[in-house]
Amino acid sequence: MLELLHEIKGTLRRNMMRTIATGFAVVSGLFLLIVLQGAGNGVIHSFQYNMGNFAFDAVHVFGGRTTKPWEGIKEGRFIRLDDRDLEMSRRHFPNQITSAIPTVNQDGVIASYGAHYINSASMVGVYPEYAASQAVEILEGRFINIMDMTEKRKVCVMGSNSCKDLFKEGGSAIGRNVKLGGILYTVVGKYKTDEMFSGSNFYVPYTTLCTIYNKGRFIDELTMNTQNIPTDSAMEQFMKEYTRATSYIHSFDPTDERALWIWNQAGDNIQMNRAMSILNKAFWILGLLTLLSGVVSVSNIMLISVKERTREFGIRRAIGARPWNIISMVVLESVVITAIFGYIGMLLGIFFCEWMNATVGNQVMDLGVFQAKYFVDPTVDLHICFQATIVIIIAGALAGFFPARKSVKVKTIDALRA
Amino acid sequence: MIHLTNIHKTYQGAQPLHALKGIDLQIGKGEFVAIMGASGSGKSTLLNILGILDDYDEGEYRLDGTLIRDLSETKAADYRNRMIGFIFQSFNLISFKDAMENVALPLFYQGVSRKKRNQMAMEYLEKVGLTEWAHHLPNELSGGQKQRVAIARALITQPRIILADEPTGALDSKTSLEVMQLLKKLHDQGLTIIVVTHESGVAYQAEKIVHIKDGQIESIEVNDGSKESPFGANGVMK
Repeated sequence: MLELLHEIKGTLRRNMMRTIATGFAVVSGLFLLIVLQGAGNGVIHSFQYNMGNFAFDAVHVFGGRTTKPWEGIKEGRFIRLDDRDLEMSRRHFPNQITSAIPTVNQDGVIASYGAHYINSASMVGVYPEYAASQAVEILEGRFINIMDMTEKRKVCVMGSNSCKDLFKEGGSAIGRNVKLGGILYTVVGKYKTDEMFSGSNFYVPYTTLCTIYNKGRFIDELTMNTQNIPTDSAMEQFMKEYTRATSYIHSFDPTDERALWIWNQAGDNIQMNRAMSILNKAFWILGLLTLLSGVVSVSNIMLISVKERTREFGIRRAIGARPWNIISMVVLESVVITAIFGYIGMLLGIFFCEWMNATVGNQVMDLGVFQAKYFVDPTVDLHICFQATIVIIIAGALAGFFPARKSVKVKTIDALRA
Repeated sequence: MIHLTNIHKTYQGAQPLHALKGIDLQIGKGEFVAIMGASGSGKSTLLNILGILDDYDEGEYRLDGTLIRDLSETKAADYRNRMIGFIFQSFNLISFKDAMENVALPLFYQGVSRKKRNQMAMEYLEKVGLTEWAHHLPNELSGGQKQRVAIARALITQPRIILADEPTGALDSKTSLEVMQLLKKLHDQGLTIIVVTHESGVAYQAEKIVHIKDGQIESIEVNDGSKESPFGANGVMK
């Protein structure tokens, strides 16, 4: 084997032009594949980055206003969710709803700290589970916990951009007292508000808000996490069934779509996932096509090179090379070329992606209302790089094998005359 | 050494060509035989069969007691490697290998280590007087030098027979003389040599001359030296 490698080294070195031509096809194929993959990932990652910590499986339900009469009751009636809806949500859809958490809202309060204030802030009374369900990312301190709930503490968790507005002089938000709707709350945590959906929600314990604003058994919003709803039509079906179930509680027409407001983040998510997967597939197809073009060039060059070397093979066979010696030599030559140049192409591709990451990857697009990065982490999984390299090596081996096998089927004497 | 019995060979094609029509030939160990004939007489076909480069349709060919018939390419390659040394009209050196590597190549296919085969190649290059040309590529060598490299390559496996197909066909008369003298020297050392040629000057260096015509042996002449003079006297061969 070592002898064979040495023999191949000699051949490749002395036929530099041919080696480089083959190598270039491999390098460019792999380089383009990796760069395209990297660019695609950059775009997809930027989506994910800009969406921030969006809970992608969430469905929010609010009470609405009926538009159809039902069993003698006129239309135009407001529906208010209450604990029966919570109970129903938790029991009736065990396959689709993994969790249902009630929240109560108090909108339009003024939040102030010293001389600084925010008009029309929203207070949201939440359960501790809300953080996990809605992927609230805590930057500092903690989220509402069970002790806050049982003791009805006057504590709040506020968003990072509200912190910026209220605490202009900077410093930690934790432990400060913020006035919300005329009552002081101690800040126990700061959560990350993303660039796109910059909320100014102040999270307070559910029990605290219920007590202060006398919410009773009413619920302003039901936040549910869903599963097993893979398509848009499945989601529509689920929403219909959910509306029907609710209609029995509140006595409205089951077909009345406006009696309940359902904000379907999960449905949006299905569409975005689809968009991303289309994008991903498009980049894959482009990448595989470039890889294919690399494979084709390698095959071409091997084909021609083997044909060109028919006489050389004839000489080798005349002085005692077995057919298998010839085939294995050609295949190994091809593998050595594709492996070495494939590795070079892979490294170049990775370096280029890193370069993109360092330059374009950090640019921020400022749209006034919000800022967005449009190219985040344009890099490729190393596994994919290696897999692509292995694909081109295998292709190279096959591209050597078939012409070589054909070549040794020619009689030695005819090969010598070629 | 070589026993041919009733060898027939037909080239299939639109117009089948019966190239050999029953060849019977015995060549003993240590003989120097020339096969002569006009072009198209079948002498090259015969040499190709002797060299196991081509197969035959009918008859029997024994090389040193081994029946050569319907061999697989792998087996044929092994026999060629160990039993036969080839010298071709067009040298058939590998253009991107230097003289030493060309000479060493048959040993590569015997699995001899690089160090050993290069060392042996140098020994054989010394025998043909090309030590200082060992690291030149074939296109940096003259025709005679190339043929001497080819001879060294043919010898390195210590084959039973040397087959030379028009070994001087591409050489001028002076270098032809050198090459033939080299072959004669090898014969004197006890090698069995078969040369195919259409040049009488070359043929009459051999002990035995087989004349072939239309795929049959016309006559076998034992060289008594009487016709050797044109070549031996002043080196004019053609």
